[in-house]
Amino acid sequence: MVRVLIDRLVGALVVLCVMVAAIPVLVLFLYVIIKGLPGILTPGFFTQSPHPQGVPGGGVLNAIIGTLEIVGIGSLLAVPVGALIGIFLSEYGRNQLGDTVRFISDVLTGLPSIAFGIFGYTVVVLTTHHYSALAASIALAVLMLPVILRATETALLLVPNALREAGLALGAPRWRVTLEIVVPAALGGIVTGALLAMARAAGETAPLLFTTLGNDIVQTNPLQPMGALALTVFRNALVPYPNLQDQAWAAALLLVIMVAATNILARVYVRRIQR
Amino acid sequence: MSRGTAERVVPTPLVAASRQRRLVSGDRLFRVIAYGAAGLIILIAAIFVIALVVPALPAITKFGLGFFTSRVWDPVRNQFGALAPIYGTLVTSAIALVIAFPIGLGAALFLADDARLQLLRGPLSFLIELLAGIPSVVIGLWAFFTLTPLMRDKVDPFLSHILGFLPLFKGTASGYGFLTAGLVLGIMVLPIMIALSRDVIRAVPRELREASLALGATNAETTWSVILPYARVGITGAVLLSLGRALGETIAVTMVIGNTMQISASLFATGYTLPSVIANEFTEANGNLYLGSLFYLGVVLVLITIVVNVLARLLIWRFSGSARAAA
Repeated sequence: MVRVLIDRLVGALVVLCVMVAAIPVLVLFLYVIIKGLPGILTPGFFTQSPHPQGVPGGGVLNAIIGTLEIVGIGSLLAVPVGALIGIFLSEYGRNQLGDTVRFISDVLTGLPSIAFGIFGYTVVVLTTHHYSALAASIALAVLMLPVILRATETALLLVPNALREAGLALGAPRWRVTLEIVVPAALGGIVTGALLAMARAAGETAPLLFTTLGNDIVQTNPLQPMGALALTVFRNALVPYPNLQDQAWAAALLLVIMVAATNILARVYVRRIQR
Repeated sequence: MSRGTAERVVPTPLVAASRQRRLVSGDRLFRVIAYGAAGLIILIAAIFVIALVVPALPAITKFGLGFFTSRVWDPVRNQFGALAPIYGTLVTSAIALVIAFPIGLGAALFLADDARLQLLRGPLSFLIELLAGIPSVVIGLWAFFTLTPLMRDKVDPFLSHILGFLPLFKGTASGYGFLTAGLVLGIMVLPIMIALSRDVIRAVPRELREASLALGATNAETTWSVILPYARVGITGAVLLSLGRALGETIAVTMVIGNTMQISASLFATGYTLPSVIANEFTEANGNLYLGSLFYLGVVLVLITIVVNVLARLLIWRFSGSARAAA
């Protein structure tokens, strides 16, 4: 009898644990939506630059453009290189070099995001003597690299070997088999990996702090400091002006929507490919 | 092994010699590109090390190992020591694990068990995965505006009321500090802890569980004396990976820890962690020694996280190896 009682108790405890883990997520989402929605619906939020502190109104156009451009350039750098490294790992990587690459990629995955900011600072800001969005893009590209290359490798390894052999038996050289048969067959996994990496990069703040630095006016030149949504959230939260704090919530909601949309897109894409 | 077969099929005697040469040269080019990409990531890793260590050299040569035992951080007199932020990093990560380990393990046990309450499992898994995808600055914003007042007005006074005899819970609470930062970190590492331990528990051979149940053990007894002992190595790996994440988390911690360079026994006190010092002071650091000391902190942080992560991966790898061998 006592044993059954203990069993029930443990069962209830386990359910409690999962509830406790899920509650913060619900609370967080509710908060971000409730506090952020009015700000997002304010006219000018998407079309204006921030106003000076204390002056009401203004928007986050600078940050929206900045986030899109910084992550875009970062993806242009990281996706082709990451996909190529993934191809190397799956098609040529059963050796010492492949293991080394995998190890480096695992280590990069585990590094704190601020370390990528330091990397961007030394490699770009110190050498050009100028804060720039490009420095942030390069920092984010290195951060995205391991996600993309591991996703590519996994996707390519799932392609049945008979497909490769069929191509080779038809007389196609190995590179054409890889690029025209194996990669298209694995495209779903590769795109998903790229999207997940972009979602993660868009939400990062630490790599931006001392690379792109932030900018209150709209800037599209990647060699200049640029705003970013994550920076808007971080900086506006810490100033004592209610309208800027509201803007922080609205920017947070927008960021969450962007990240969630990218994640969902990745999932939907996977499901469609699998079918 | 499968790729070996593919290679053996390559010879194509039916193709003319000139075409054969073209095929081979195309393959060679592609191979060079693929190897080049692999070389590139090694190059990036090398540049990473240089980018981190070289700017730190002024501080490394000046302070040496004394950096780790000094709690002075005085930009005016150019004296820097890492003891306070190292202390803050360890304390907040420890709090995070104290919170995330039991809750995460419990939740993982629930999610890995495919017998009961099947309807709840999907949505709950989804929610917890969502948490993993929320940008840390958003969690920081939420913690800054809603968690800190809650801690200041309710949680901290309550803790000091019942546990105030311990030095850990003495002093006035501002809402910012080690405890709040640790709590936020705990929430942030929960998804990793849950996902990894769930996978580890799922990898426990089904026969073991069924044998135990068939012998008359209850679910709780099976969990305690069969599943957990078997999964111990893997769960340790999951805890270490969570720790690696907690050690390096930057923005959310920076927003709630109070950013004060001090060591205090009280968990209500404000403090600093390695990443938050770097995030907070980097752009205002003037002079080689100040900036170098921040880089030195970066080197320490990166080394610690690498060691923790590699150890974690070894454990999980060893576990999944043994689970596969048993299956």
